[in-house]
Amino acid sequence: MSAKLTSRQVGDVTVIDAAGRITLGEGASSFRDTIRDLAAKGNKKLLLNLADVSYIDSSGIGEMVSGFTTVTNGGGQLKLLGLSKRVKDLLQITKLYTVFEVFDDETAAIRSFH
Amino acid sequence: MARPGNGKMEKLQTTLDSVLESVDKAEEFVIQEAGKAGFDEDQQHQIGMAVRECTVNAVVHGNRYSKTKKVHLDIERSNGALTVIIGDEGDGFDLNSLPDPLAPENLLRQSGRGLLLIRTFMDDFDLHPRPGGGTEVRLVKHLATS
Repeated sequence: MSAKLTSRQVGDVTVIDAAGRITLGEGASSFRDTIRDLAAKGNKKLLLNLADVSYIDSSGIGEMVSGFTTVTNGGGQLKLLGLSKRVKDLLQITKLYTVFEVFDDETAAIRSFH
Repeated sequence: MARPGNGKMEKLQTTLDSVLESVDKAEEFVIQEAGKAGFDEDQQHQIGMAVRECTVNAVVHGNRYSKTKKVHLDIERSNGALTVIIGDEGDGFDLNSLPDPLAPENLLRQSGRGLLLIRTFMDDFDLHPRPGGGTEVRLVKHLATS
């Protein structure tokens, strides 16, 4: 299953629910397009929910970083929610834990934007 | 896929087209073999990801999606170790030319993390010119030290 992304609004925070595999090709490109579209529409507070993501490769990580840069350069924030142990491990290995704010609980994540 | 193995050593060899679908195939093959070799699910995942990253490099950077160039995948399962050799038919590249993805100035680069993951997940990694042209990457994971 390649990536499936849907977005929902919780107050002024846009939550992006991602599912499936975020890997080089269709998965990573749909991921990129979704984040860029939301940022272009003026969404400044983005919470990326990866709870149902089964797999991310280095291309998927690259798209996450690219999305973070796009949103941040536009004056917004992109935070992460619901990482599996494997995705957490990848962020540790790549030192991206020092870049992203990561949450296990959605309510706490939403609150952190305010 | 050829399977000329015997006894305690099993060797699989296959040739893949330079398309992204080959990346999934290579990963599936190696996960199957890692399971047979006795690696647990997390280790299979790590070996699979290392092979995925290497095959992406072979398809995208080595062969540049060329229809006339192939990716060569050899998987050898012996007592206590899994060895995977992935070859491309590209122009080769200098490992030392790659920027360090962990350097503070590179953390926000979009690409360049594949080799870091490969080195982290496998016990041995080496890269050398492939006989006849291209680049060959050799990956080893040992059961005992995993």
